[in-house]
Amino acid sequence: MYLPDFDYYAPDSLAETCEALERFGAKAKVLSGGTDIIAKMKSGLLSPGVLISLKKLEDLKKIDYVSGKGVVIGALSTHNDLVNSKILNDKYLSVSEAAHNMASNQIRNIGTVGGNLCNAVPSADLPPILIALGATIKLVGTKGERVMLLEDLFTGPMKTVIAENEILTEIVIPDQLSTGSNYIKFGLRRSGALAVVGIAVAVTVNGGTITEAKIAIGAAAPTPIRAREAEKFLQGKTISDDLLAEAGVIASGESKPISDIRGSAEYRRDLIRVLTRRALHKAINEGHV
Amino acid sequence: MSQVITDKHGIQHYMITINVNGDDYTRVVKANTLLVNVLRDELDLTGTKKGCELGDCGSCTILLENKPVDSCMILAIEADGKKITTIEGIAESSELDKVQEAFINNGAIQCGYCTPGMIISAKALLTRNPHPNEKEVREAIAGNLCRCTGFVNIVKAVLKVSEETNDKEVISNE
Ligand SMILES: Cc1cc2nc3c(=O)[nH]c(=O)nc-3n(C[C@H](O)[C@H](O)[C@H](O)COP(=O)(O)OP(=O)(O)OC[C@H]3O[C@@H](n4cnc5c(N)ncnc54)[C@H](O)[C@@H]3O)c2cc1C
Ligand code: FES
Ligand code: FES
Repeated sequence: MYLPDFDYYAPDSLAETCEALERFGAKAKVLSGGTDIIAKMKSGLLSPGVLISLKKLEDLKKIDYVSGKGVVIGALSTHNDLVNSKILNDKYLSVSEAAHNMASNQIRNIGTVGGNLCNAVPSADLPPILIALGATIKLVGTKGERVMLLEDLFTGPMKTVIAENEILTEIVIPDQLSTGSNYIKFGLRRSGALAVVGIAVAVTVNGGTITEAKIAIGAAAPTPIRAREAEKFLQGKTISDDLLAEAGVIASGESKPISDIRGSAEYRRDLIRVLTRRALHKAINEGHV
Repeated sequence: MSQVITDKHGIQHYMITINVNGDDYTRVVKANTLLVNVLRDELDLTGTKKGCELGDCGSCTILLENKPVDSCMILAIEADGKKITTIEGIAESSELDKVQEAFINNGAIQCGYCTPGMIISAKALLTRNPHPNEKEVREAIAGNLCRCTGFVNIVKAVLKVSEETNDKEVISNE
């Protein structure tokens, strides 16, 4: 399998990267780990005239804790960087675990968080857990930067609000009260399979009562979604098995999955019902796992 | 940036240097040249195989800066200046590496097509974690598909290396 010809640039700075993107416009594409874009180019689904590599932007390869801000994840961190990050292991093991259950070790060493988010595939594994934890993202372009909630990035399958001259530079998981979070991926194989559905929850529990719950679901609609009705239903309620089961039913009702090779819409809805309950249960009982 | 030459068709060529199995190689590549093709076609290191060419099968697995990656998914130019180990460089002397020996002795090789990638993944695991459990072994080779062995003997071979590694040796190797 060979790739079509294209020009390649690896700018030394963020500013030069954005300028190059502006200069080449629609014919240019950003290259991060390449695990999505190279596959698409090989399959003839995409043939950009120019690839702008981010490989020299060393500052975007770090995961730090910045006090008053939260955990700052550089967009070029690889999935295995998330798996091995001490900061994430300590604070949000659920994020490391979500990364750990992706793809294969070889792909986890190349694929990046930024690529996973910007690619905007509804079944991607990192958006749900990061959305449930209230993550924000920073987009930097030739005209400055903007910060927004990650959940506002997606506009449709493989569509985002990112402008042609912009790149995603960092993801921030803000400091929070949440006491537990969890992501459950349902794939058809244990490894190397995309999610049929993926459910992430983050809960704040105070003495047997749920004070806040966030539920984010992947592969349940054209973009990752929040199950807001289920979240509202849970707020202020006393934890019981029936309560969590009912939240699963509500979340399932809110989802709008499609039928495809990995599963029918009906099957997905039922998975969402069951896995929402399970994810809530785990987050409540085991904390940030 | 690496040196760029534009040919008469307007196609850009880039000069890159990669360190493969301890030796530096400088080659002129096109932007669309894949790392696996430089290793196989330019350097004649054909131990690295091509199967799916889409990141699924792991037959093209190499170590890039000591980490296993699928060389079919990486542009050669992205590896400019980096250190690479292929199956040809996995043994440190003229004798086979312990992992290679264990694959032979435990019947972990049938047609052999998956073997180079499998050994690279196993070697990377054992370097990081000299005494993995079965789950960890299976996880480390989950990105390497074998259509012959059913994986049982491969897992056995890797566990055997762990069993035969005493910890003194591990510490002195670090
Ligand atoms: C075998 C295999 C298994 C996989 N398994 C999984 C899985 O289990 N779960 C899962 O979620 N995904 C999976 N993937 C998909 C893929 O590996 C991930 O989505 C990965 O995170 C993509 O990151 P990348 O750096 O390789 O992206 P790239 O391919 O470099 O980029 C993807 C897209 O995002 C754009 N982009 C990248 N970075 C930025 C940025 N910083 N700013 C703006 N735009 C940007 C690119 O232009 C491109 O359009 C798998 C892929 C393969 C090949
Ligand atoms: S040939 Fe590279 S993963 Fe299959
Ligand atoms: S031995 Fe034949 S593919 Fe593994």
